[in-house]
Amino acid sequence: MKILVCISHVPDTTSKINFTDGDTKFDTNGVQFVINPNDEFGLTRAMWFKEKQGASVHVVNVGGPETEPTLRKALAIGADEAIRVNTPATDGYSVAKQLANVVKEGGYDLVIGGRESIDYNGGMVPGMVAKMLDANFVNTCINLEVEGDSATAIREIDGGKETIKTKLPLVVGGQKGLVEESDLRIPNMRGIMQARSKPLHVKEPVDANAETNTNSFEKPAPKGDVKLVDSVDELVNLLHNEAKVI
Amino acid sequence: MSILVYTESENGSFKKIAHEAVSYAKGIADMMGTSVTALAVNANDTSELGKFGASKVLEVSNDKLNNFNAEAYADVIAQAAKQEDAQVVVLTSSANSKFMAPLVAVNLEAGYVPNVTELPSSSSPFTVKHSVFTNKAFSNTEINTNVKIVGLGKNAFGIKENETSATTEAFSPTLSEDDFSTEVVSVDKATDKVTIADAEIVVSAGRGLKGPENWGMIEELAETLGAATACSKPVSDMGWRPHSEHVGQTGKPVASNLYIAIGISGAIQHLAGINASKTKVVINNDPEAPFFKAADYGIVGDAFEVVPQLVEKLKEFKAQNN
Ligand SMILES: Cc1cc2nc3c(=O)[nH]c(=O)nc-3n(C[C@H](O)[C@H](O)[C@H](O)COP(=O)(O)OP(=O)(O)OC[C@H]3O[C@@H](n4cnc5c(N)ncnc54)[C@H](O)[C@@H]3O)c2cc1C
Ligand SMILES: Nc1ncnc2c1ncn2[C@@H]1O[C@H](COP(=O)(O)O)[C@@H](O)[C@H]1O
Repeated sequence: MKILVCISHVPDTTSKINFTDGDTKFDTNGVQFVINPNDEFGLTRAMWFKEKQGASVHVVNVGGPETEPTLRKALAIGADEAIRVNTPATDGYSVAKQLANVVKEGGYDLVIGGRESIDYNGGMVPGMVAKMLDANFVNTCINLEVEGDSATAIREIDGGKETIKTKLPLVVGGQKGLVEESDLRIPNMRGIMQARSKPLHVKEPVDANAETNTNSFEKPAPKGDVKLVDSVDELVNLLHNEAKVI
Repeated sequence: MSILVYTESENGSFKKIAHEAVSYAKGIADMMGTSVTALAVNANDTSELGKFGASKVLEVSNDKLNNFNAEAYADVIAQAAKQEDAQVVVLTSSANSKFMAPLVAVNLEAGYVPNVTELPSSSSPFTVKHSVFTNKAFSNTEINTNVKIVGLGKNAFGIKENETSATTEAFSPTLSEDDFSTEVVSVDKATDKVTIADAEIVVSAGRGLKGPENWGMIEELAETLGAATACSKPVSDMGWRPHSEHVGQTGKPVASNLYIAIGISGAIQHLAGINASKTKVVINNDPEAPFFKAADYGIVGDAFEVVPQLVEKLKEFKAQNN
């Protein structure tokens, strides 16, 4: 089985979010970038397929040279090869178009992406890739088993979960549950050394126009001060009469 | 020309987000000088949709669509959008809606923007505001394609009545075997519990509760308020509560009217996921807990004393107000 894990390169969850150039660009100053958490769960599940079922695992990112350390980290965790499609990620659709091309040329059976990137929260790239390739698609995937060309996936739904049977080629949008938090791997010295000599292919992009573009960003209006109360009587009164939520 | 809105139902009854989505679609239709067509799949009675501004309802009735199937539902929506020559397709932020939106988008060659928080600031160019960086910021984004898809954010617009006389029409999409190549074999869903996605009130607790055995009072508080229960990440990582209750940047987003946080410190990743909630209440014994800075109301106190008192008080309050 050939697996492709899509890696989005995102600001670490503790990052302060600021904008520059008249609020048109994300300010990367002092920001640490990491593998998108949803993708890290997917990558770790892919390592399981590699170790238990002999799958080969490639990782891919659509982005500029600045994303290479993130791809190297994925190699250090255990992926065999990395691909960077050399074009900035402008919108979900154009990224999906690049990824669909990588999947087609590489002949992957299983594509694992994340439910969403924690930066722009698009939640669209894996689904678009699946539709562009006529592959099957399972989103918010919290468990995945593959046998031959049959797959069984569990998907989180509002208020529960459902079990889905489908066939490869398959694209999933994964999240925590694909593996547990405690299964995540911190790259060790040996992994980091090996990653240096693993292939990282830079691929030129195909033509793909963005369907959306960002005009500007804004930050939420600052919040007023908290009202501290001494008793539950007062709290219930405020929730009823002032906030009108009960 | 029209605005097409998909109206989600469960066991034949519309969900509240369906009413909100129609209200929102009506707002866009008014801006663009057109009308709203609602698409309903296997709903028992669609007459209520007119109340929120739908002029036409396409009714699909098909046993194959009894269980949600993203591929098939996306196909139905795309076919309806083509028939109605829809300029805008309105979806929501339910798990099902987010699952199928990218499929509809590729099918219709339509640009898609999720988590939209208000009516478009302009209809030409079509520009919408939506939350990004897990509610830490907003983006004003233009959609350049002929057909546009917007995913309305949770609890972002509210339900607005706009009495319109609605005609109904049967709609029979063409479904092929390909639409069912992913098959749902079983569904495991607690039907008696309010879900975080649907809840107007969410009661959430953190590591301050010391252990899973202390959740009885949290559940009682939630039950008294008709609320869903939630928790911080370490609580679900330690297995005190199920993963499905984990809220925050890497868990579920919460956009309820009221969010009550008990024994949660208010780490940036937690706050990111719950920021879109309207009123936030914090109960914490540490006056320096960062959560107080993000809250509307707070009680500095021991959860083991405050929560039982709050339950008592709310029971009294409910008895008086019912
Ligand atoms: C990559 C990453 C992603 C993350 N994503 C998330 C996420 O999505 N969601 C999330 O929640 N966290 C997330 N976290 C974890 C986050 O950083 C915090 O560690 C976590 O939110 C803390 O949980 P807590 O508030 O329950 O526990 P603590 O920080 O331990 O806080 C417990 C609080 O309880 C109070 N307390 C103690 N005793 C009592 C009492 N008797 N009565 C009242 N109050 C009491 C204390 O004063 C304290 O404020 C993430 C972390 C990382 C690194
Ligand atoms: N630039 C990118 N390069 C590679 N994969 C990506 C990129 N952007 C998004 N993805 C994948 O698509 C998932 C969902 O992203 P999004 O639709 O942007 O929320 C991510 O978790 C990644 O798996």
